[in-house]
Amino acid sequence: MTATPTPSPKKQRSPKKTVLITGAAGALSQQVINRLRGKYQIVAVDFRELTFHSDDIPSYKIDFTKRVFEDLFKTYSFDSVIHLGRISSSEETRLRRYNANVIGTQKLLDLSHKYGISNVIVLSTYHVYGASPYNPALIDETAPLKAAELTMDLVDSVELENLANIYLWRYPDLNITILRPCNIVGPGVKNTMSRLLSHNYSPALMGFSPIMQFIHIDDMADAIELAHKKSKRGVYNVAPSDWISYQEALDYCDCTAVPIPSIPPSVPRLITRLISLKMFPSYLVNYFKYPVVINGKAFEEKFGFKPKRPLKEIFRYYREIKN
Amino acid sequence: MGLKSFLKDTLVSKELDEQLDRIEKPVGSLGYDPWGFNKDTSKIVFSLFDSVYKKYFRVKTNGVENVPAKGPVLIVGNHSGQLPIDGTLIAYAVANREKSPRYPRAMIERFFPTVPFLGNFLNQLGAVLGDPTNCARMLENNEAVIVFPEGVRGSGKLYKDRYQLQRFGSGFVHLAMKHNTPIIPVGVVGCEETIPAIANVKPLAKLLGVPYVPIALPVVLPAKVILSFGKPIYFENEELTEEQITRRVEKVKNSINGLIAKGLEERQGVFE
Repeated sequence: MTATPTPSPKKQRSPKKTVLITGAAGALSQQVINRLRGKYQIVAVDFRELTFHSDDIPSYKIDFTKRVFEDLFKTYSFDSVIHLGRISSSEETRLRRYNANVIGTQKLLDLSHKYGISNVIVLSTYHVYGASPYNPALIDETAPLKAAELTMDLVDSVELENLANIYLWRYPDLNITILRPCNIVGPGVKNTMSRLLSHNYSPALMGFSPIMQFIHIDDMADAIELAHKKSKRGVYNVAPSDWISYQEALDYCDCTAVPIPSIPPSVPRLITRLISLKMFPSYLVNYFKYPVVINGKAFEEKFGFKPKRPLKEIFRYYREIKN
Repeated sequence: MGLKSFLKDTLVSKELDEQLDRIEKPVGSLGYDPWGFNKDTSKIVFSLFDSVYKKYFRVKTNGVENVPAKGPVLIVGNHSGQLPIDGTLIAYAVANREKSPRYPRAMIERFFPTVPFLGNFLNQLGAVLGDPTNCARMLENNEAVIVFPEGVRGSGKLYKDRYQLQRFGSGFVHLAMKHNTPIIPVGVVGCEETIPAIANVKPLAKLLGVPYVPIALPVVLPAKVILSFGKPIYFENEELTEEQITRRVEKVKNSINGLIAKGLEERQGVFE
C-alpha cells in the first residue's frame, strides 16, 4: 500500500490479467474488488484517500490530473480499467468535482488509449437525464442529457458522459462501456439517496412523490462485473424493472417525511440552500419533484443481467439499521 | 402501506375489487408501474368515485362497447371543466363496463406534473404525462389511452366558449397511424358546466407556473354528464403531408362534434 507508485524500468507482469479500479475508497469499488480478486490482479486507486484492501492488492492515493498518475501505467501492464472514481454531486465543491470527474477522466482515458487498454468501464449516473416535468417514463439511452440545463452543479456529470462518449467513438479499441445506474443503495453507500433512507427524518417536497428506482449495491457490483467480463461497448442504463414513489420508499424504511413547501418553485430551492443539508442539496431538488425513470432493458438483454435483490430487501436493510 | 391497506380493506367492495382485478395491469413488486400507476390507490379512489359517478354526475354512457376489448386504442374526446374530471369519468366508464372492462390511461396536460398533490394523485390513478414517447410506449403495451388533443386550450376555456372545440393537436393521428391503432371519438357533455369559469387570471397563473387560474365558484357543480362513444375510426399508415394529416384530424373533430350535439340533444337540462 503506497501513496505513489514506483515506476520500474520493466513493467510488473502478472500471470493474471491486471485491472485498474478507481474510486477504491467507495463501497461499490470494494464490492467490485471482492468479485474480481482471485480472477484478476487488481490495482486500486483513489484520489480522496488511501485504502487497504489486502496484501495482494496494491493501493494508491493519486490525483488523476497529476503527472504521477501515468507512473501507474508505466508500472503495471493494465488490461482493463474500471472507472468508478466519480465524486458524486453531493460531495466536494463544484470546481473540485469538475477537475476530478472531467479532467481526471480525460487523463484516464488518454492514458488508457496510450497504453493500449482494450476494456474500459465508466460509471455514470441517471442524473444526467435531468429531472423535468416533461420527462417520459422509461427513458432509454438515446434520450438527450438535460441535467446541465437545470443546474451548473451537474455539469461535471454530463461532461464526464460526453467525454466518455467522444472517446467511445473516436477510439473503438478502448471498448468503453458507460453505465448509467439508477439510485445505488445498500450497505456502505454514502450517496444522497442512501443518506436519506438511513435517517429517521428526511425531507420531502410537499405534494410531490416521484416514482423512483433503486438498485442494491451488490446487484450494481454484479452489473459492473458482467460489463467487465463481456465487454460490449456502448451506453447502458442499469435499473431493475421495479418502481416505487419516493415517499412510500421512505415509509418502507421507517423514515418520516419532513415536508418542505414546494410552490412557487423557487421556495424549496431557497429553503434547501438555507438549511444546506448535505443529504438534500438544493440542486437535486427537482429529482425529488419529477420522476426520472430509466429503461434498463438494453443492459439486461445484452449482458443477461437480472437484479437479484428486490425492493423489499433493500428497504429492510434501512429499517434494520435504525433499530 | 398501513393507511393504504386500511383504506382498501374499509372502502373497496368485494365486487369492485374483483372487477378491477379482472383487468390485467403489469406492476412491480410494490404495486407501481413506471408511470406511477398504483393498483391499490386506484381501487380506493374508484370506490370513492362510484357515488360521484353514479349519484353526483349521474353519468350516462352511449356506445361504451365501441372501445375494443383488447389491443391498442386511442379514446379521443373534447376537453373541458378546468379539472381533469372528464378523463376520470371516461376511464371509470370503460373500467366498469360489464363486458371486457379495461383500464384506460389518460394523457394529461404537461402542467399537471408541476401541480403539488394533484400530479402524483393522477399518476397513481393511471394518468400519464401527455408526451408522444409515453403515448407510443402505452400503445406498444396494448393499452387503451385517453387523449384530449385540445390540451389546456380545451380544459381552461371559459364558460362562454362551452362546447366550441378548440384547435386540435395532430400528434394523436400520427401515433394512431404509426401504431395501427383505432381511434374511438368521445363526446363529453356536462363537464363544461361542472366548474364554469368567467375569466382567467393570467398574471397569477404565470406567477404560479400554471397555464390558467380561473375565476369560478370554489365548488364542482353536479351537472348531468353524458359520455357518447363513437364507432372506431381507422387511418392507414401512409406517407402524408401535414395538410393531409390535418384533414384526418378534422374528421375526428367532426365526429366528436356530432357526438357532443347528440349528447346535448339527449340532455333534458344541465342538472337533470
